[in-house]
Amino acid sequence: MSDLDVRDVRVSFGDTDVLDGVSLRINGSETVALLGPSGSGKSTLLRVIAGILLPDNGTVTVGGTDVTHTPTHQRGIGMVFQDNQLFPHLSTLDNVTFGPKMAGESRSSRNERGSAWLERVGLAGFEQRSVTDLSGGEAKRVALARTLAAEPAVVLLDEPLTGLDRELHDRLAVDLRTLLADVTTLLVTHDSDEATVVADRTVLMSDL
Amino acid sequence: MNRLPRRLLVALAIGPIAALSVFYLWPFGTLLVEALTGEAVSETLRRPQTWDVLWFTLWQAAVSTAVTLTVGLAPAYVVARFDFVGRSVLIGLLTATFVLPTVVMGAAFLALLPDSLDRTVWAVIAAHVAFNLAVVVRVVGALWEHLPTDMEHAAATLGASRWHVFTQISLPLIRPAITAAATIVFLFTFTSFGVIRILGAPGTRTIEVEVWRRATQLGDIGGAAVLALIQLAVLAIGLAWSTLAQRRHSRALALQPTAERRRARSPGERAFVAAAAGGAALVALVPLTALVLRSFSTPTGWSTRAWTELGRMEVRPGIRVGVDPVEAIVNSLSTMAWATLFAVVIGGVASLAITAAQRHGRLIDGGLMLPLGTSAVTIGLGMLITFDAPPADWRASWWLVPVGHALVAVPFVVRTCVGVLRSVDPAMTAAAATLGASPTRAWRATVVPYLWRPLGVGAALAAAISLGEFGATSFLSRSGGETLPIAIEQLVGRTGTTLQAQGYALATMLALTTIVLVVVVEQMQAGRRIEP
Repeated sequence: MSDLDVRDVRVSFGDTDVLDGVSLRINGSETVALLGPSGSGKSTLLRVIAGILLPDNGTVTVGGTDVTHTPTHQRGIGMVFQDNQLFPHLSTLDNVTFGPKMAGESRSSRNERGSAWLERVGLAGFEQRSVTDLSGGEAKRVALARTLAAEPAVVLLDEPLTGLDRELHDRLAVDLRTLLADVTTLLVTHDSDEATVVADRTVLMSDL
Repeated sequence: MNRLPRRLLVALAIGPIAALSVFYLWPFGTLLVEALTGEAVSETLRRPQTWDVLWFTLWQAAVSTAVTLTVGLAPAYVVARFDFVGRSVLIGLLTATFVLPTVVMGAAFLALLPDSLDRTVWAVIAAHVAFNLAVVVRVVGALWEHLPTDMEHAAATLGASRWHVFTQISLPLIRPAITAAATIVFLFTFTSFGVIRILGAPGTRTIEVEVWRRATQLGDIGGAAVLALIQLAVLAIGLAWSTLAQRRHSRALALQPTAERRRARSPGERAFVAAAAGGAALVALVPLTALVLRSFSTPTGWSTRAWTELGRMEVRPGIRVGVDPVEAIVNSLSTMAWATLFAVVIGGVASLAITAAQRHGRLIDGGLMLPLGTSAVTIGLGMLITFDAPPADWRASWWLVPVGHALVAVPFVVRTCVGVLRSVDPAMTAAAATLGASPTRAWRATVVPYLWRPLGVGAALAAAISLGEFGATSFLSRSGGETLPIAIEQLVGRTGTTLQAQGYALATMLALTTIVLVVVVEQMQAGRRIEP
């Protein structure tokens, strides 16, 4: 699995510096939790790494390749958004297989893979469900399966467990640890307990 | 319940109901009778020309709609997603183009296109596209700016290129808005009249134009009535399909309450925004510029003669043309004043009745909207054949044209007023009642004062509609009583650059006046608050 190296990233909106020379290194297969209060620029950093936001300065390197100016869809970086952003016009299975479809995989092969991923996240049999009917926990699992099915080199998770009830939160936290074991992952959260359960290592936003 | 006395409700409702019955329902009934009795139906259906006209109307509307959608999507996206200098100016410009009278748009394209192109179907389609671009940009843009940008980002993180994001995610999600915009553009272009009267040739006649030609040029009232009904049937089918399609494709989107617009960042993005916005601005500006320039151009160079000599009607000593531009201005202004007065009185009283009568009010509301669903030409034809003979021989009456205009304008007045009146807090009326006011008194003190401001907006809209009205007027205006649109159509159709230049000058005036009125409307609505 690829290393992720973020070096000296600067982003300012108008006069405010949101990220002021942030550097972070994650080794292959490692899961790192990034902890910080809301408004500390965690989500902005994820957006820079995913290529949604171009930094004013600094570089993003994945597996030794500088991707700072590579368009998002060619970076091989997956991201689970805080509000999931499932595609409401597609079935659950078509959401999960969207990545393989973009990669040109045949329908039968990607559907098989999609079903396998649904099973891994505990949603076997959900293939034809409408994503608008899913519960909060189910939607989060679909979003996770969708990102992982695209087999990205690095996975970014933006507050993946926020808004779920306590029991669901704890169960999914344990599941996350298993699912992300072999993937280079950066997880953003404001909950230090969550960080300890899911991640191998925790870094504070204020230390970067 | 503090209910208003029944006789007050009846008194409020009776005027609008009577006006609707006499000037809309009766003529429409006459039209039905005219079409369905005698041999008009079989004769019209047997005539190959009928099918030619129907086919032409359909395909030019379909092509106009498809081209407008294709041209409009890029500016719709840019306006929805980006902040750029002149963004609101562009939206205003497109909206101003959309509200221009049809004859002005026709005249503008006649001024713009070389002789080899005008009076062809391509000129007609070009004018339709420029006219309706605002529909696509505003309707599609309104939905697009509420689609979460992160949904597109999510697709990109899954490996979707920009093109795939558009075709796989954005396009399916904005489909209801595309269907809605397509329906509106199709309705407008299917019933196109003014643009085709100016830009069309004998082979390029819509049903609307054929209705007018049959009724006023060939005296075939029965055939005209049958065609008008065929058109109404096609429109009803189209509308039903669109309603179903929109219901089927509408989805529960996590729409963002506020748009998240940003500046273009990369050079490629900046070029795209500039091209889409600039292109749309050109489509709106170029025809209007041509119109103004042609009013100042003569074969021997630039001149203000068309403007300064508007009143002088002698082409050569002793030879006069049939239209007097100055008289047309006077006619238009007085028609506008009366039409606005009629529309405001009927619409205002009707709005009070609709909101006060609640359940029965919806019936009046629906009835007064009917003229909106009937083309102006159909309304004009109905009035022409109904008020031409006793007991209602009103063809020579000065008020017939203003009444026709008012009929078209009342729905707009009602829509503006009812919305505001319905938002008046019923607790206020109740509070007035607890202070000892009778139901009527309480209503007068708490509801009626809110009527004046929307009524002002409605009046400006009615004035703009009356000034540009061409369809119904084509049937009802008499020689010597020509309004501006009629005069423009006659002048730009003449040979001789002097007369044409005068037509362009009148069209420029009409365009400016309409734009000023619409700006007034937008300003008043922007400042609209629930305050008397």
